[in-house]
Amino acid sequence: MVTIYIDNKPYEVKPGKNLLETCLTLGFDLPYFCWHPALGSVGACRQCAVKMFKDADDKTGRLVMSCMEGVTNNQRISISDKTAVDFREGVIEWLMTNHPHDCAVCDEGGSCHLQDMTVMTGHAYRRFNFKKRTHVNQNLGPFINHEMNRCIQCYRCVRFYKDHAGGEDLDVFASKNNVYFGRSEPGTLESEFSGNLSEVCPTGVFTDKTLKSHYTRKWDLTMAPSICQHCSLGCNIIAGERYGDLRMIANRYHGDINGYFICDRGRFGYEFVNAPNRIRQPLHMGQPVDESQMISEISTLLTNSKVIVIGSPRASLQSNFALKKLVGVASFHKGVSQQEQALMELAASILKDGSVHALTMKETEKADAVFILGEDLTNTAPMLALAVRQSVRQQPMLEVSKLSIPEWNDAAARELIQDKKGPLFIATVVETKLDNIATRTFRAAPQDIARLGFAVANLIDSSSPAVANLSEDEKMLADSIAKSLLTAERPAIISGTSCQSDAVLRAAANVASALHKQNKNTGIVLTLPESNSLGLALMGGQSLNAAFEKVKTDQVDTVIILENDLYRHGHAKIIDEFLSKCKSVIVIDHSTNATTSKAQWNIPAGTFAESDGMMVNNEGRTQRFFQVYEKPTIKESWRWIMNIGSAVGNTSIQQWKNFDSVTTAMAHEENLFSGIEKVSPLSNFRMIDGQRVPREPHRYSGRTAMLANVAVSEPKPPEDQDSGLSYTMEGTRALAPSTMIPFFWSPGWNSVQSVNKYQEEVGAALRGGNPGVRLFATTSSQSQYFNEVPEKFKPGENKLWIVPIHHIYGSEELSAKSNSVSKRVSQPYILINAEDAANLQLSEGQVIEFEMDGQSIKLPVMLSTSISMGLAGIPIGLPKLSFIDCPGWGLLNK
Amino acid sequence: MLSTEEIKEIEHAIKLVPHKKAASVEALKVVQEHRRWVSDESLRDVAKFLDMSPEELDSVATFYNMIFRKEVGKHVILVCDSISCWVMGYENLRDQLFNRLGIKYGETTPDGLFTVLPNCCLGTCDCAPAFMIDHDLYRNVKEEQLEEILKRYD
Amino acid sequence: MEKPLTEHIRKDGRPLTLKEYEAIGGYQALRKMLKMTPKEVQALVKDSNLRGRGGAGFSTGLKWSFVPQDDTKPKYLITNADEMEPGTFKDRILLECTPHQLIEGMICAAYAIQANISYVYLRWAYKTAAQAILNAIDEAENAGYLGKNILGSGYDLEMHLHTGVGRYMCGEETALLNSLEGKRANPRAKPPFPQVSGLFGRPTIVNNVETLCCLPHIINNGSEWFKKLSLTADAGTKLYGVSGKVKKPGAWELPMGVTLRELIEEHAGGMQDGLKFRGALPGGASTDFLVEQHLDVKMDYTSVAAAGSRLGTGTVVVLDDKTCPVGFVKNLEHFFAQESCGFCTPCREGLPWVEKILTAIDAGEGNSDDIKLLEHHTRYLGPGNTFCAFAPGAMEPLQSALKYFRDDFEKHIHDKKCSYKLIANALIHEAS
Ligand SMILES: Cc1cc2nc3c(=O)[nH]c(=O)nc-3n(C[C@H](O)[C@H](O)[C@H](O)COP(=O)(O)O)c2cc1C
Ligand code: SF4
Ligand code: FES
Repeated sequence: MVTIYIDNKPYEVKPGKNLLETCLTLGFDLPYFCWHPALGSVGACRQCAVKMFKDADDKTGRLVMSCMEGVTNNQRISISDKTAVDFREGVIEWLMTNHPHDCAVCDEGGSCHLQDMTVMTGHAYRRFNFKKRTHVNQNLGPFINHEMNRCIQCYRCVRFYKDHAGGEDLDVFASKNNVYFGRSEPGTLESEFSGNLSEVCPTGVFTDKTLKSHYTRKWDLTMAPSICQHCSLGCNIIAGERYGDLRMIANRYHGDINGYFICDRGRFGYEFVNAPNRIRQPLHMGQPVDESQMISEISTLLTNSKVIVIGSPRASLQSNFALKKLVGVASFHKGVSQQEQALMELAASILKDGSVHALTMKETEKADAVFILGEDLTNTAPMLALAVRQSVRQQPMLEVSKLSIPEWNDAAARELIQDKKGPLFIATVVETKLDNIATRTFRAAPQDIARLGFAVANLIDSSSPAVANLSEDEKMLADSIAKSLLTAERPAIISGTSCQSDAVLRAAANVASALHKQNKNTGIVLTLPESNSLGLALMGGQSLNAAFEKVKTDQVDTVIILENDLYRHGHAKIIDEFLSKCKSVIVIDHSTNATTSKAQWNIPAGTFAESDGMMVNNEGRTQRFFQVYEKPTIKESWRWIMNIGSAVGNTSIQQWKNFDSVTTAMAHEENLFSGIEKVSPLSNFRMIDGQRVPREPHRYSGRTAMLANVAVSEPKPPEDQDSGLSYTMEGTRALAPSTMIPFFWSPGWNSVQSVNKYQEEVGAALRGGNPGVRLFATTSSQSQYFNEVPEKFKPGENKLWIVPIHHIYGSEELSAKSNSVSKRVSQPYILINAEDAANLQLSEGQVIEFEMDGQSIKLPVMLSTSISMGLAGIPIGLPKLSFIDCPGWGLLNK
Repeated sequence: MLSTEEIKEIEHAIKLVPHKKAASVEALKVVQEHRRWVSDESLRDVAKFLDMSPEELDSVATFYNMIFRKEVGKHVILVCDSISCWVMGYENLRDQLFNRLGIKYGETTPDGLFTVLPNCCLGTCDCAPAFMIDHDLYRNVKEEQLEEILKRYD
Repeated sequence: MEKPLTEHIRKDGRPLTLKEYEAIGGYQALRKMLKMTPKEVQALVKDSNLRGRGGAGFSTGLKWSFVPQDDTKPKYLITNADEMEPGTFKDRILLECTPHQLIEGMICAAYAIQANISYVYLRWAYKTAAQAILNAIDEAENAGYLGKNILGSGYDLEMHLHTGVGRYMCGEETALLNSLEGKRANPRAKPPFPQVSGLFGRPTIVNNVETLCCLPHIINNGSEWFKKLSLTADAGTKLYGVSGKVKKPGAWELPMGVTLRELIEEHAGGMQDGLKFRGALPGGASTDFLVEQHLDVKMDYTSVAAAGSRLGTGTVVVLDDKTCPVGFVKNLEHFFAQESCGFCTPCREGLPWVEKILTAIDAGEGNSDDIKLLEHHTRYLGPGNTFCAFAPGAMEPLQSALKYFRDDFEKHIHDKKCSYKLIANALIHEAS
C-alpha cells in the first residue's frame, strides 16, 4: 500500500492502479468518458483532469489526466482545485458544442453517463452560439440503433468493438471534429458482442433497438437480478419489465464470470418472453381452464395412473428437483438424447473429479496458453470466446510490464504489443471466428481432434495413452501444442459437448490432467449444451430412451414433461409415437413448441423473468435468478409441481411453502447440491432497517396512474414470498447483498457506470463477493487417464459423416424465438468440403438428399474449404430443421 | 478488381514493412495513382488484398487529406490557403480560379477536367502565393498567369 | 561565414549527384564514423550541443541515449521530412538539393543507435524531393553506403522512402509512427517514448531533416567546430527563412543566433515599400508572435524562449501594418482546426470554436464575450491539457496576438467591421 494525498488528506491505496480508478474506488465522484474499467486508459477525452503537485510546497501544480497517471507514494493531487474544476467543466462544454441536446427523445435520457457527468461538472450555461455539425445515421441491423449526432467522440465504441471484442466492421472515420463512428456502409453489425455498445457508449449513439421497439425509461423498469438462459456460462443479467412485458436485458456485473459484458444472444434473446403465442394460462385440450380445476383433475389423473416425468436442461434446479420428488428418481427422466446425456454426465464427472481446477471466465482471460478442442466458442459459449480473445494478450503483456508500462495504459500496451499474440491452438471441425488470433488451427473430424488431444497429453506425460498412426503434421502440431502448454504459467484447456464426441471430452481431460501433473495452475473449461445441463447431469434419473421404452411396454399412461421440447432431443417419429401412446400428456412450459401442441394439459410455466430458480453453470457454480414480475396465471414450474404434489398428498412436497423450502429440501436431500441454500439470502431477508430491496428505482414514475383505465384505486402490489425483494420502489436503497442487486444506481450516477460504486475496488469483486456457490471443490488428487483413444476417421463411400455445427443465433431454442434474434437465424444447409462436392458433382445451393438413421433429409449444399473431406456439417437446432442425431453416417441418395 | 500493375506495386510496398496492414497507406496511394481516386469498390478490393476489413481500411483512408474517397477531375488543383499565401493575397487568385472554372472548393468542372481543393502550406512560403496542379508546383503566381497555366492541362 | 549545410547547393537547384557529393567530401564522415563505436558517435553529438531542428530543440545526443543499448532487433531511424508547418520551407531545400547529405546523416544517426532499418517520412507535396531522395538512395546502395555490410564494416542499414498522404499531424513524431504503421495518424501517449517503444513497438528515433544534415559535418569537423559556428550557446548554423510582405523573401543558412532584425532587414531586404513591421512568428504557425520590441532578440532556442516565444523551425512569417492581425490569426486557427486529428476533446472541439469566433470577429459579428472565450481557450488548450503538443502550438499565435494586438480585436468587435479590409479594398480601387 502507498499513501497519496487528495486535497491534502492522506489515503492508503493499492499501488499499480491509475489515479482515476483509485479515486473512484475511494468513493470520489471524478468524471470520465474514455476510460473504461475493462478497456483501460487512452487519455482521449481529458475529462478526468486533476491537479498534481510536486510536493507539499508546490502550490501551483499542473493539470494531469488522472486516468493516465499511476499512483505513487506520497503523490499529491487535488480534485477540488479551481483550475481542475473549471477545466473539467470546460471539457463538457466542448463536448456539448455539437451535442443535439435531445435528451427528451433520447433512449439514454435519464440513464446517461453524459448527463451525469454534465451535472457533476456543473456545466449549465451554453456559450457556444454557432451552428452544430450533424451526421447521417446508419441502419445497423436488428439489435442496435445508431444516432451519431449524440456522439462525444470518446472512442470507447471502437475500443470495445475492435480492440476488445475483435470486431472488424465498426470503426472511426474521418478526422478533426468530423470523426464518425459506424460502419463503412450501413448494415448489420457482425460482432456477437455488439449489444455491449449500448452500455459502453456513454451517451445515446448506440442503443438497444429491441428496447426502443417497446420503449420505456430505464428507471421505469421493474428489475431483478437474473441469469442468462441461453448457454451454459451463466452470465449475470438484469431483466427489466414494464406493463407486463419484459423490455430489456442489461449486463449485471459479475467479477468472475461476465464482467462488464454479455453477448448478443443473451441480451436480445429475451423477446421470447413476450411472444404472442406464449402459454399464459392453464389449457386443457387447447381450451382455457380454471387453475384449481386443473390441479384437481391432474391430481386425480396422477393418483390413478402410471406416471413418468421428463425433466429439462433448461429448467431450474428447483423445478427439476420438484418434478423428481413428485414421482421418485426411478420415474424421473432427464429429457435429453442418449448421446447428450452421456456427454453431459461425462463432462460433469470430469469437473466433479476436481483434480484440475475449473476456470472461471475471468481466469480464462488470464490464461497464457489455450488449447481448444472441438468447440466453436463464438457459437456455443460466446462470452468464453471473448475471454479467450483477452488471453492471447497475456504473454505479450509480459513485455509491456518489462518496460514498466502499466497494464491499464491500453494505448501504450497495444502499440508495444502490436499484433503479437500468445499461444492459442484451436482444433475444430470447421473454421471459427477465433482463428484469426490462433497460433495454429487444426481442422478435422471429432475423432481426429480427440486423437490430437490424446497425443498432446501423451507428449506431456508419457503415462497417458499414446496415439498410433498420427501423420507427421499431426505429430508436429501436437509437439508444438505440448511445448506451448508446458512453458505457460497458467495454461487452459477448453472443450465441451458441442461436437457431440465423448472422445474429445476425454482427450481434453487427459491433456488437462497430464499438464496438471507438471503445473498445478492448469485449468479446464468445459461447455455444456444448455443453461442448466450441468445441474441436470448431477441430479440422477433415467434416460429419455428409458422413458420411450416404458411407454412402449405399457408401463406408463401419463407423462409430465417439464420445460422441454422433446422434438429437439429425439426423432420426430419416435416422439410422435411416444406422445400418442401416452394416455395423458401434461406439459409444463412457457413457450409453444411441437411438444406443447401435443399436450392434453398445458401448464403455464414462468420463464426466467416470471420465476425464481437456480442453475448450475459450466464451472459448477450455482446461481439464482429472481422473479422480475408476477403474472397471475403464470407460476414457476416448481410451484405448479408443488401445488400438484400437495394435492396428490405427496408428504414431503406438502412440507414446502416457497422457494426456500424447495431449495433447502434439495440441499439436504441431494448430496451434490449441499450448500445451494447459501446461494442467496432466504426469503425473510430484510435490509438493516427491516425493509426489502426494491425492484424499482425510486425514480419510477406513474405507478399510481398505470392502471387508471381499469380502476382509480391503486391495487396492492404483490408480495414476494420467495425473496427479500419488493415489487415496487418501496424499500431500502442501501447496498443489497451482491446476489440481490436488481439494478445499479448511485446518487449522481444514473447510468450503468454506477457499478463502480458496488465494487470493492473498481473492476474487482462486487461488495459482498461475486454471487454464486461453486459446487465442486478443487481436490489435490491425481485423476486417472482415459484410455479410449478413438480410431482415425475414415471417409466412407457414398456417405458422409454428419457432424453438428452450432450457430449463436438459431441453435439455441429460446433465443431463436426472439423477434430480433430470429432475423439473424440462418437457413438450413449442409456444409461439404469443396473437393468432396466436386467429386459428387454438387454445387453450392444444390439440394442434396441423404438418409440418416431412418430419416430422409434434404438440404441445400454449402461449400467449405475448411471442413475435412468425408465430413458434412449440419446447423443443428435451427427452428426449421428437425432433430438429427449426429454424429453419424448420412447415406447419399443418388 | 485490382490491375496486375497495381498488385505488383502493392506487393512491393508490403515487402518494405513487417506486416501487410502496415502497407495500407501505400496501397491506397497506388490505387489513387492509377485511378485518381479510391472508390468504395477499390477500397474493398484493397482491403481484401491486405486482409483488412473495409472498415479498418476506410478508417485510415478517410483520415488523410490526400486520399480522395470521392471522384475528382482529371487534374486536381490544390490551392495553398495557409498563412504566407494568405498574407500575400492568395484569396484573389482563388476567386479568379473559381470564376474561371465556374466551381468552388470540392467541386469538379462539368467537363471533368479540374477539381479545386484547398490545401495547407505547400512549403514554398517565400514564393507565395502558390498552388499545385497534379505534380506541378506553381509559385509566385500572378493573376494574369492563371489562364496560361490552366491551358497546359487538358 | 561557414555554411556547411548549403554551401554546395547548386544555383539551378538540381540535386548533387553521388559523384558531385563525393567530390566535395561526401561520405567521408561515414568512413570516419564507422571506425568509431556507436557510443563514441553519441558522445560526440551530445558534446556538439546539436539541438533538434524539428521545432522542439531537444538535444539530439541526449535523445539517442535513451535507446536501449542491447542489440535486440529491429531498431528504427526515421527522418521527419513531413514539413507542413505553415510558413516553413527549410527542409525542402535540403531534401531537394542535397539528398546525399541527408542520407549520410541518417546513416550516422542510425549507426549511433544501431538501427538497421530507416525510413524517410516525406511529405506528399514534395514531389521533386521524392525523386531526388529515391535516386540518391539508389546511388548510395550501389556504392555500398547502404545495405548489407556498409563499406565492409559489418554494419547493415536499409533505407526506404515513405511519402505521406497529407496531414499536419503526421509531423508529430508519435503520430508519424502510427502513420508509418499504416494507421490513422493519431499521436501516442508518452511515456513510453519512441526511443523505447516506437515504430512497430520497437526502439525508434525520429529526427528532423536539418538535424540529420548537421551530423556529417559534426563528425568531420568535431564538436568544438560545430559549437563555434554559432553566435550563441546553441550550437551550429541554422536554416532561417522569411516570408510575408518583405522585399526579398527567402531562406538562408546563417550562424545560430542572428537577430530577428538582421534576418528581416538584411537578408529579407526589409519590409515592402509603404509597409511597416508589426510582428512576426519566429518559427512557423505554432509559435508566439514577436513584435517590434523583440527585433534584436537572437534567433536561438534559448533567447527566443526568453522573449516568450519559440524558435520553432526558424522560418519567420512577417505581419505588416496593413494586414489584419485578426484575419492573420483566423487563417492560422482555420488551419489548426482543419488539421486536428480528432482524438482529444479540447483540440477537436476547442479549435473549431476558436476559428468560428475569429471568423465572426473578422466579419464584424463578434461580441463582447468573445475575447474572454478566446482567452479561455488559450488557457485550457495549453501544454499538458491536450493529448499532444498540437493544440498548445495552435494557441501560441492566438495568445500572443491577444496580448500584442488586443486593440485590433476590440476594435473589430466595437466597430462591427474589419477596417483593414476597407483599406485593402480602397487600395484595389485606387489601382484599377
Ligand atoms: C503538431 C506537430 C507537428 C510537427 N511537425 C513536424 C514536422 O513537420 N517536421 C519535423 O521535423 N518535426 C515536426 N514536429 C516535431 C516532432 O514531433 C519531433 O519533435 C521532431 O521531428 C524531432 O526531431 P528533432 O529532434 O530532430 O527536432 C511536429 C510536432 C508537432 C507537435
Ligand atoms: S459513439 Fe459513443 S462510444 Fe463511440 S465515440 Fe461516440 S460517444 Fe463514444
Ligand atoms: S477518462 Fe481520462 S482522459 Fe478520458
